[in-house]
Amino acid sequence: MKLADLVEVDFNLLGVLSRLGIGFGFGDETVEEACARTGINTQTFLLICNVYAFDGYTPSAELLRETDLRDIVRYLHQSHAYYMDVAVKALAEALQKMLEPCEERRKSVIRSFFNQYKEELARHFEFEEKTVFPYVNAVLDRGPHADFTILQYEENHTNVEEKLSDLKRIVMKYLPPECDNRQIFDVLFYIHVLEQDLAKHTLIEDEILVPVVGRMEDNG
Amino acid sequence: MGKQILIITPSVMAARGLESVLCDAGEFEVSGILRDLSPATQTRLHKLAADAIIIDPSVFDYASRANARAYLAEYSDGAVLALLTASADEESLKQYDGVISLLDDPTAVVRKVRAALENRGDAPRTEGEELSSREKEILVCVAKGMLNKEIADRFNISIYTVITHRKNITRKTGIKTVAGLTVYALLNNLIDVGDFD
Repeated sequence: MKLADLVEVDFNLLGVLSRLGIGFGFGDETVEEACARTGINTQTFLLICNVYAFDGYTPSAELLRETDLRDIVRYLHQSHAYYMDVAVKALAEALQKMLEPCEERRKSVIRSFFNQYKEELARHFEFEEKTVFPYVNAVLDRGPHADFTILQYEENHTNVEEKLSDLKRIVMKYLPPECDNRQIFDVLFYIHVLEQDLAKHTLIEDEILVPVVGRMEDNG
Repeated sequence: MGKQILIITPSVMAARGLESVLCDAGEFEVSGILRDLSPATQTRLHKLAADAIIIDPSVFDYASRANARAYLAEYSDGAVLALLTASADEESLKQYDGVISLLDDPTAVVRKVRAALENRGDAPRTEGEELSSREKEILVCVAKGMLNKEIADRFNISIYTVITHRKNITRKTGIKTVAGLTVYALLNNLIDVGDFD
């Protein structure tokens, strides 16, 4: 399959490609060629694409066995960078523009709610970057690792989605009339895109990372 | 049709006695009697609609007794009363909408069940999108960071009524987090930034 056709299947896969280091100008390159060039396991690449493109997709046990966890971790890591540096930033700018006509009191209320969300998201990612991913790598290398199990991670997996969903409701339903419709639309659009992407991101963590690492733990 | 009451107790005598007291009162019907909370009876629990559940706390093992009310909330929105057949600690009895003792006379039993149902009716599943004035009051407390227990004490209602109000508030506004509800309250002038220290 050609990369260009893949993106036709689901436009959101463009984001996946860029996070895996497959930039534009891929011409007629096929999936296999692109994976070989960027050094990513083709099965794993397709696994990630499937989770993104098809709602309710559950990978088979066999596919999970063939999955390269290092690629998954690399993907999750790149996603974190994308969320914080691109998606959340774009949302913050749109929010700022939208709130301009509001009185200061309201502005600061919404802004501080958004900042709380941003901090929570950052803390969540930091925990994964500093604790979970190094642990996964250590398990893969069969090296010494911290006293931690992937199950704890599942418990710690705080629900960062709720605040974003609240922000969406507030912006959609309860903004003062002085806000411009066009700007509200922009904000909602950015929230929607981020929300969808984070949902898939969580799926990759819960449906792929956690079960695969859990199995490795069981097998010692 | 009378109010539907579900009885859960291992004691047949207690169950039959309670059933006859409730039926004699004329305003209640016993919709079912369960002996325990085994998986099989749990399925029945799902199907039995009850306005109130009267449960013997001893059907829960010691560890889960403190969370009995929350457990039952999964099955029913109704009032829950404890039926004391053995001694129980005061603290865990606070979770119930009423406590019936084996030594209570029939009028006391009926009065307690009635009170529990009325208390419960305080937080109906209201339709419509507008928050009721009670919901607004509770929202303000939530936004100010008060705990359910504190809110219950302030308005003299049960903690479960507070939870039902909070569910209604979230259903109507679509907002789940306390921080989000605070933003809602501020934007709608229900509270002032000055209310925060």
